[in-house]
Amino acid sequence: MGNALMNFTINGQSVEVEADIRSSLLDLLRNSLGFTGTKKGCDQGACGACTVLVDGERINSCLALAVQYQGRSITTVEGLGSDGALHPLQQAFVEHDGFQCGYCTPGQLCSAVGMAREIERNIPSVVTADLSAGSVAIDETELRERMSGNLCRCGAYNGIVEAISETLGKMQEGARA
Amino acid sequence: MNPFSYERAADAAAAIGLAKGNTAARYLGGGTNLVDLMRETVERPEMLVDVTGLSHKIEPRSDGGLLIGAAATNTALAADAHVRTQYPLLSRAILAGASAQIRNMATVGGNILQRTRCRYFYDTAAACNKREPGAGCDARDGFNRYHAILGASPACVATHPSDMCVALAALDATVHLDGPDGPRSMALADLHRLPGDRPDIETELKPGELIAAVELPPLPFARRSTYRKVRDRASYAFALVSVAAALDLAEDGTVRDVRLALGGVAHKPWRASAAEAALKGRPADPESFRAAAEAELAAAAGLRDNTFKIELAKRTIVAVLGDLTGDEA
Repeated sequence: MGNALMNFTINGQSVEVEADIRSSLLDLLRNSLGFTGTKKGCDQGACGACTVLVDGERINSCLALAVQYQGRSITTVEGLGSDGALHPLQQAFVEHDGFQCGYCTPGQLCSAVGMAREIERNIPSVVTADLSAGSVAIDETELRERMSGNLCRCGAYNGIVEAISETLGKMQEGARA
Repeated sequence: MNPFSYERAADAAAAIGLAKGNTAARYLGGGTNLVDLMRETVERPEMLVDVTGLSHKIEPRSDGGLLIGAAATNTALAADAHVRTQYPLLSRAILAGASAQIRNMATVGGNILQRTRCRYFYDTAAACNKREPGAGCDARDGFNRYHAILGASPACVATHPSDMCVALAALDATVHLDGPDGPRSMALADLHRLPGDRPDIETELKPGELIAAVELPPLPFARRSTYRKVRDRASYAFALVSVAAALDLAEDGTVRDVRLALGGVAHKPWRASAAEAALKGRPADPESFRAAAEAELAAAAGLRDNTFKIELAKRTIVAVLGDLTGDEA
């Protein structure tokens, strides 16, 4: 009960923080560590605004107890690009109007980066026709299904799909690296 | 959220030891359901024993079956090469559930033991016999579009929300349990209970028991199998009705063997035994499929908002069996 001293690697930096063991990873990132890029939408796993990467896999940080993720490597939207150098997907979101208000965008970005890695690892989706195939052919149906855990209340989905489609090849190279 | 202590278990024995004798302890998998319920104060554990350190191996057995560690993630199981080719209905069922983010977190054990998404169960201001025995049921005369049409009771009309379990029920999966009194095994189909007058008791697990592994027996004809989920939106929604099916056709076009289970219709994954019995030896055609569906749903009863699910379930059974015979109708 009470507080615990927890250790994480966040965006490549070792971090030690004392926090209430009831904290979600989302609240720990935002309130204890100031990584406010990660957003709280529904706080119940329905909207995807809180999506971050843990050891390269996308998860909903609102449903994750921080204490359970000690020692893991966490990437937030702040860790995708660097000062003055946007991640290619961020640049594509700008060019394709992949947002209006921007609240869901950090989750969309982290989710798409995680999705690229899943495709690289030949993880199927429910719309994948041939489960025995050695690779997944990505079309718009696949992409929309795989991104269905990220809602956009502004309805910028067409721009989001265009931005991800354009960048997917580059992200998969990144996942291989 | 109630205060709680947190312990991480390296294996099943350690987990059982940590939780032993503590009725306020709960085992924690990926947390995608339990953390949500704790935030709503529906669950108020005083101790969480993290069981994600249990086996996550997915191992083919010498008999052609498969042993799945309870800590395997939903993503890992759906993507497993053996599951994709030998038990495609299981891959498809898992992939029809939740979102990629949640499937990456959720464990096999946690998926099986997740609780209903009945909104009256979640709403602590509503009457719910499952949350508070004897309190009554606001779902029975409330918004019950997602509720049960088979096996319900006056006390409870909630449904089990898992897609994965529907496929496991169709496959005759065994759950390997472990607990203070030692290990035991039972059929997945016997693990979950119908609500009766005690909807708060959802499974046959004894106090302190956990799921250590799930075993699939070999079923060569499951290569011809699939899962269809009918829901209110194209992705990331719970089932109104779902059907898991595997079909073994004889050379003369009759049904040699069949497995059929329904989701979204009952308090547990619903093995459609009456439909299976009605199909065996019959021609694999729409008339036989419809007759089998009628047999299974003969005992169904609808509520205010969900009576449509009786016909929907019948049509989905016919459609899925049609898919498996190569009939596009």
